[in-house]
Amino acid sequence: MMLAAISIPQLIVFVVAVAIVGVGGVGLLAAKHTVHSALFLVMTLFGVAVLFIEEGAEFLAAVQVIVYAGAIVVLFLFVIMLLGVDRVEVPAFVADRNRIVLAGVGVLAVLVELFYVASGAWSSGAVSQSGSLSAGQNVGVLARSVFTTYVYPFELTGALLVIAVVGAVVLSKRLIGRREVDR
Amino acid sequence: MGSDLLLAGHLSLAVVLIVVVKVLVAFVALLVSVLLAIWIERKVISDMQNRIGPNRAGPWGLLQSLADGMKLFFKEDLVPERSDRFVFKLAPYLSVIPAFITFTLVPIGGSVDIFGHHTELQVADPPIGILLLIAMSSISVYGVMLAGWSSGSKYPLLGSVRASAQMISYEAAMGLSIASVVLITGSLSTRDMVTQQLGTFFGFIPHWNLIRLGIIPFVVFIIAITAEVNRPPFDLVEAEQELVGGFHTEYSSIRFALFYLAEYMNTITMSAIMVTMFFGGPDGPDPTFLHWLWPILWFLVKTAIFFVIYVWFRAALPRLRYDQLMDLGWKVLIPVSLAWILVIAAMRVSRPLGFALVLLGFLAALVLTRAISIGHERAGQARIQALPGEEINGDS
Repeated sequence: MMLAAISIPQLIVFVVAVAIVGVGGVGLLAAKHTVHSALFLVMTLFGVAVLFIEEGAEFLAAVQVIVYAGAIVVLFLFVIMLLGVDRVEVPAFVADRNRIVLAGVGVLAVLVELFYVASGAWSSGAVSQSGSLSAGQNVGVLARSVFTTYVYPFELTGALLVIAVVGAVVLSKRLIGRREVDR
Repeated sequence: MGSDLLLAGHLSLAVVLIVVVKVLVAFVALLVSVLLAIWIERKVISDMQNRIGPNRAGPWGLLQSLADGMKLFFKEDLVPERSDRFVFKLAPYLSVIPAFITFTLVPIGGSVDIFGHHTELQVADPPIGILLLIAMSSISVYGVMLAGWSSGSKYPLLGSVRASAQMISYEAAMGLSIASVVLITGSLSTRDMVTQQLGTFFGFIPHWNLIRLGIIPFVVFIIAITAEVNRPPFDLVEAEQELVGGFHTEYSSIRFALFYLAEYMNTITMSAIMVTMFFGGPDGPDPTFLHWLWPILWFLVKTAIFFVIYVWFRAALPRLRYDQLMDLGWKVLIPVSLAWILVIAAMRVSRPLGFALVLLGFLAALVLTRAISIGHERAGQARIQALPGEEINGDS
């Protein structure tokens, strides 16, 4: 039923994007070097952005690239570069029995959840919180729902972020002060 | 809202071919204009510095950049031993590709009919429009950052950390000035931005965003863009005196040429984006004959003027210090553009409210500067009183 609804080019784009997301995700975990992991993360984010575009959510795709790929991973890279350039992380992972069982349970839980989600209306786009994301209009649709129906959650999230930033500034200031006292 | 009529409806083979041809033409045109731009830059700077400049290859040295490019092609391609090989080879492309993708957004003329298909003279007009510019400029940070890191050497690393800090800081100011353009256009599409700027005030003043928005967003934008593409006076990234060559110290041959190409592509693209956003794009007087030609001509002339302004910056302004750069970005440009967005939004609601906000802003600024100067005076007096007795501890 779902395959009938999409055309062949869309299917190709979908498969390629999913492959990019998958390779990025596996590479993120498998890479020896932290910088490579960050680059694989960028790859995954790009794949997700392509999937967003295919769903008609172009604005979300742009925000995905600007905020996550453009700002957050760049900050990751900054921290990695400042903390140690030549350090290669050696993962201390021992595959004992308990861990394997736990990992299996986790994978099973994700699969069950995926099945549940795929059988519901969420994956087919029939129910959307902000109305249908018809192409070309979705910035307006999104803005209208964010600034009318969901204006309180939106403003509260903004306030929360400001509090977090102020908190970070306060904490870093206090640390510097203590260091000077120690000296 | 920002969609090419060409792509509406069923996609035939002819439509796909037209799109491919548009991409190819834009790419070749950008490459050729880079060659010319390098020549213009060297000639104009030579004139300003009382030198002759390139004059050997071709008439007036026109082929000099071509000769340099071919020389770089045939040079040995070195990869440092301590480098991260894959990332080292990847980084130049991460600089070049965003530069080209940004250029695809620019409308270079009106619309034409090719093979019975009506199409706009612009490679792509996605609904997210100008957001793609912000996305691509944040991706081009990776090119510089990874180039410096993967070289496995300290000067490139310092240069690239500096560069990425600079580019991230100025992205905010750039985004805010773009937001004011979006606010007055009511759309993210670059095509809509251009069509909104057609016409005139009182029959002779062009209806350009430069005037509709007040000059301030444009000034913020040109400064932010200059820092974003690392052009002088914001080229601390490759400050030769302190960093050898900055992030591309270890690069040679064609990879170095790619960085050079990306820099000039970015400069041209940003001139074009500025023309699109603030100077009406292909808008201009339209004589009755050759309707398709005039917009392209006006666009090229405006873009060339901005490119020469960049060259002029390079010849006239000394490089900023790192702390000056950061102060300018965070303490001047971002607050100014934030305040100006408030004013523009208020103007959209009602004129009296907008002017009241401007007045209030001026009053607040006056009070603030007065308070700061009083603070300075008191600090000065305290210092004078403290002087005869003992030495001052710090300047608090």
